[in-house]
Amino acid sequence: MTELVATTPGLFPLPDWAKSEFSELKGRQKADLISGDESDQVVSAYGRARAEVVDDQFEAGLDRIVEGQLRWDDMIAHPLTVHDNVETGGISRYYDNNNFYRNPRVVGELTRSGDVAADLSAALELFDDAAPLQAVLPGPHSLADLATDDHYGDDREFLSAVADFLAGEVESFPAHETLFLLEPSLVANPPGDDLAAAVPEAIDAVAGATDADVVVHTYFGALEEKTYAHLMDADVAAFGLDLVAADREQTVYNAVEYGVTGDVALGVADGQNTLVESAETLRERAEWFTEQVPATDFETVYLSTNTETFYLPINKHRAKLSALATAAGLDREVTA
Amino acid sequence: MVRNPSNRAQFRPGDHDAEHFLLTTVVGSYPKPTWLNTVKELSEDPDAAFDDADLAEAYDDAARVITREHERAGLDTVVDGEMRREEMVEYFAHRIPGYEFNGPVKVWGHNYFDKPSVVSEVEYDDPWLLDEFEFAADVATRPVKVPITGPYTLARWSFNEAYDDTAALAYDLANLVNEEIKGLVDAGARYVQIDEPALATTPDDHHIVGESMERIVDGVPEDVRICLHVCYGDYSRIYPEINDFPIDEFDVELCNDGYEQIDVFRAPEFEPDLALGVVDVHDPEVESVAEIKGNIRQGLEVVSPDRLTVSPDCGVKLLPREVAYQKIANMVQAAREVEAELDAGEIEVAAPKS
Repeated sequence: MTELVATTPGLFPLPDWAKSEFSELKGRQKADLISGDESDQVVSAYGRARAEVVDDQFEAGLDRIVEGQLRWDDMIAHPLTVHDNVETGGISRYYDNNNFYRNPRVVGELTRSGDVAADLSAALELFDDAAPLQAVLPGPHSLADLATDDHYGDDREFLSAVADFLAGEVESFPAHETLFLLEPSLVANPPGDDLAAAVPEAIDAVAGATDADVVVHTYFGALEEKTYAHLMDADVAAFGLDLVAADREQTVYNAVEYGVTGDVALGVADGQNTLVESAETLRERAEWFTEQVPATDFETVYLSTNTETFYLPINKHRAKLSALATAAGLDREVTA
Repeated sequence: MVRNPSNRAQFRPGDHDAEHFLLTTVVGSYPKPTWLNTVKELSEDPDAAFDDADLAEAYDDAARVITREHERAGLDTVVDGEMRREEMVEYFAHRIPGYEFNGPVKVWGHNYFDKPSVVSEVEYDDPWLLDEFEFAADVATRPVKVPITGPYTLARWSFNEAYDDTAALAYDLANLVNEEIKGLVDAGARYVQIDEPALATTPDDHHIVGESMERIVDGVPEDVRICLHVCYGDYSRIYPEINDFPIDEFDVELCNDGYEQIDVFRAPEFEPDLALGVVDVHDPEVESVAEIKGNIRQGLEVVSPDRLTVSPDCGVKLLPREVAYQKIANMVQAAREVEAELDAGEIEVAAPKS
């Protein structure tokens, strides 16, 4: 029997009041973005915004609660952009979207910072044990891909250092039920032959730092066959797969051809479009996948948006959370 | 295929005393006067004694001031600085039935725009830019260029809830742009620029932009100059395909990266006129006339002088106003000096002769 779990990959849009408040408090330029040493006023505003997005998730009825990653001005590059041994370089395009982030330039050793852990602890204080906490981090390949290495000098060594850095962050985390490692670069900029085998090792290094279920969440389309095959070597509870992008047939093919993890996270709601899918549609999308992967009895199927939802206006973001929760609750237990 | 680049001759001022003529222009946007922003805020404050009529008057005044500021800088073709527009997609989406708005979304950092959603078939209702054009044309003593956000960008930078794909939406929007341009042409417009920055983010979709351009120019007379502006991307992924677009001029941003990509356009031969960015709109340091002259000469590696238009890399609205003005004034002076040096035979042109 399969348990359906409604969740998200985090990185929520700020509530509208917070958008304007932070524009005023912090400014709009490159130098005004998050640095890790915010004023009390900024910390307080983030606290209020965090409480609101946590409430939103309880109200929607999600099964996992994320912190929302509202401080992540640079999207999933955030854990590096606040690091002491990283300089923020120019503004770079965030994948193929009309979004931009400060390119982190690593100029020294990547030691642990505890920045993400502090946000997670703050979130946990808001709801204690009322629901399971889900931690979110970039996966090592994506974080290395979004950054520039001016210190390690070797791609493999850099990937390994990024993985060790992320593992160090995870070790500082408060108790969490699941850890989503966001890996859009595995799709958008897959590792070459020289690096492909090192990716699952890097993921294992991060996953090994927690007892929680680890989900390697991929999006912006299907994984290339070779990348998928390598990823199967990673020792994680679940892959996250994008069922919204047009090439989802490739995703099914990969799963049938190379197998799949015991649990799976399915990106069934479009994180980049305001059209709010019905709960029934979301379930149909999930079943479309699970029914085509024979001989696989998934223990847990996470129902999620395919991408982060910061792309959306706040009202549609909230509507998508509700649709996901409703979809998971339509029939609490199903046979995959 | 290139339409009719020879239509640039109509923009040569009657008193232009050089044999050579480099058409000087701008991409469109310009910093708003601070007082315009203040009036806008007051007009939205129910407790303030400002209403929509006051705001309309302020827009007119700002458009008048900036159009004349462009003329004072010496530009051959001017724009009102897009004083009535806040954002390039929002402005048009507000005027197109089929769009709705749900709230601001992030672009980067704490910069947001009200990204619209297409929720039903898009339609043409009232003209989008007719008032803006007629006002600027009335104020100006130089020809007025009309920048319009292109259909691909209007489609790509919206949420699409109603169409099967971006192409279908872009083509419907292109038909609306065509209708708008015909109205502008009837009102006297002779220089229209289609802004397609979204193409830089998804260059593999160049065929959608090409097909959209076919629809945009359908029935538009060849004496109307059609320019396509694409900025901040890898031009090697859309060139030479743009040679097949029905345009007169292709406007690019290359100053920003020190002309690293200029060679992209050298082979095969560049077919439309080249509108070259010669000042960086993201650097508040004003380039010297000498430096800009060097930048202009980069364009002469691609096209002959009679096919070179000179402009800033992109809209200048993010610069301080005095910086924006000085960059444009220096740009015009540099163009005039290059023309004189070409007349004197002091500049060697590497590009093939037209």
